[in-house]
Amino acid sequence: MSDLRDLYQEVILDHSKNPRNFRKCETANRTAVGYNPLCGDKMTLFLTVENGIVTDASFQGSGCAISTASASMMTESLKGKTEKEADELFQQFQNMVTAPMDQEPDTEALGKLRVFAGVREFPARVKCASLAWHTLEAAIHGESDEPVSTE
Amino acid sequence: MTTSQIIKQNQTGAFDVEIVRKDFPLLKRMVHGKPLVYLDNAATSQKPLSVIEAIDRYYSEENANIHRGVHWLSERATEAYENARARIARYINAAKPQEVIITRGTTESINLVAFSWGWKNLRDGDEVLISAMEHHSNIVPWQMICARTGAKLRVIPVSDNGEILLYEYRNLLNPKTRIVAVTHVSNVLGTVNPVSEMIQWAHENGSLFLLDGAQSIPHMDANMRELDCDFFAFSGHKLFGPTGIGVLYGKFALLDEMDPYQGGGDMIRSVTFEKTIYNSVPHKFEAGTPHIAGGIGLGEAIAYLEKLNRHAAEIHETNLLHYGESLLRQIPGVRIIGNAKEKAGAISFLMDGVHPHDIGTILDQEGIAIRTGHHCCQPLMERFGIPATARASLAFYNSREDLDALAEALGKVRDIFH
Ligand SMILES: Cc1ncc(COP(=O)(O)O)c(C=O)c1O
Repeated sequence: MSDLRDLYQEVILDHSKNPRNFRKCETANRTAVGYNPLCGDKMTLFLTVENGIVTDASFQGSGCAISTASASMMTESLKGKTEKEADELFQQFQNMVTAPMDQEPDTEALGKLRVFAGVREFPARVKCASLAWHTLEAAIHGESDEPVSTE
Repeated sequence: MTTSQIIKQNQTGAFDVEIVRKDFPLLKRMVHGKPLVYLDNAATSQKPLSVIEAIDRYYSEENANIHRGVHWLSERATEAYENARARIARYINAAKPQEVIITRGTTESINLVAFSWGWKNLRDGDEVLISAMEHHSNIVPWQMICARTGAKLRVIPVSDNGEILLYEYRNLLNPKTRIVAVTHVSNVLGTVNPVSEMIQWAHENGSLFLLDGAQSIPHMDANMRELDCDFFAFSGHKLFGPTGIGVLYGKFALLDEMDPYQGGGDMIRSVTFEKTIYNSVPHKFEAGTPHIAGGIGLGEAIAYLEKLNRHAAEIHETNLLHYGESLLRQIPGVRIIGNAKEKAGAISFLMDGVHPHDIGTILDQEGIAIRTGHHCCQPLMERFGIPATARASLAFYNSREDLDALAEALGKVRDIFH
């Protein structure tokens, strides 16, 4: 049986109640809107990228504990990373939350973000954890104004 | 419960939920090592054994295409299907079986009216009137047909309690209003709308009235000749029958005037490349091979309901709803969304500082099934300024213990988040 404590770890609860970098950024040069139609979660991500390096990341929106904490911790981990490093983080995060239960995915680069490993025991919540990350991908690579959707 | 048990119960007038629960095999199962507490009936209901057996029997003993064969099996299948139609017609007190069109569900029923009736009758400048508490399936088909015909979609607002504002409704009705399409019971708020009055006003105004009965017929009488609505839509799967089957009731004279919006087999009388003559009502609206087993299953679900003491079941459900609401009100930080005077079936709620989605996951670990999200009512969520709700929804086979389990599990949610 899956354990709720794997999902709602202290760090996750803390970030969901007190999200970091929860603000609008007027000077951001990359923004994207992410939307999870299933639960109505919506977030806007603001990135400032200078010379290929993320110098600021923040977000706004409403969501469940998992998606809020994920966005909060993601923005913390992005600062100082190159766009390429951000892409790699996205890949590792995606692998971690979607890997089959009998596999140990590579989480080397993820550091603190490893607390989200428990999400894969709760398939219905994987989209909550990855909403911020899909929004990040859209902000870095996207040209479309359409919100990215987890559906 | 066997038929004889139900009859015995009817005779005494009592309603014993423990006996009724035995008829629903799925209610016995365990989820995450806990006994299932099923409080997601507004999404879909569980099925009594008699329905499951009827479907099994159809495929084991009677399967054939209907309205097409001269062989014995086809006649048997046709008879079973048409008997189901007649039974549905009787249950909803339609004037005749032809007034029952068998569809895929509420959604298809509403689309049928929007596209068959709407395409023929709506003109530039006409108005279609819906309410702010409609399910997407009673919004989007009207938007689609309005876009094609130039008609305008107008919306009756809802009060903070979750009731339709009747004086606004009165003001919105005008000579251009061709049809009013409103839900009988809200799947989010549980509000029972004052539809008798609303239908009468519409008729006085010369407008037709479509009633979305998806959430009403599982909880209360749906008497077509008494309600006097022009169309009534519902889904089999919310009425203890199979998925993929539903009903559009329509007054015969209206149906007779309407053209079909789907063409194919079974809906024609004769076809040449120059001209096709449509079959009669209801067959002209039932193109193609239908969900025969589904129709038979729905007929059996209604047979089950006919044997139940519906009056006692209704009282039981009303008591449960009040009990559930009083339990939730005692939990600090819980707020009920939808406080209409008349409610049935659903309790939507929010908990301070906890997103409904997180409530849903934690309850699921306790074996409790509720729904969280916007419930296909995004405009209503916007009206209340909330992204989502948690919703517990009832059927007559729910018990006080189910609601006790819900309240206790909500305590655990608080423990995790506070
Ligand atoms: C009020 C209401 N109308 C329409 C529908 C659509 O029913 P179905 O999906 O069975 O077609 C629902 C079901 O969720 C409903 O609650």
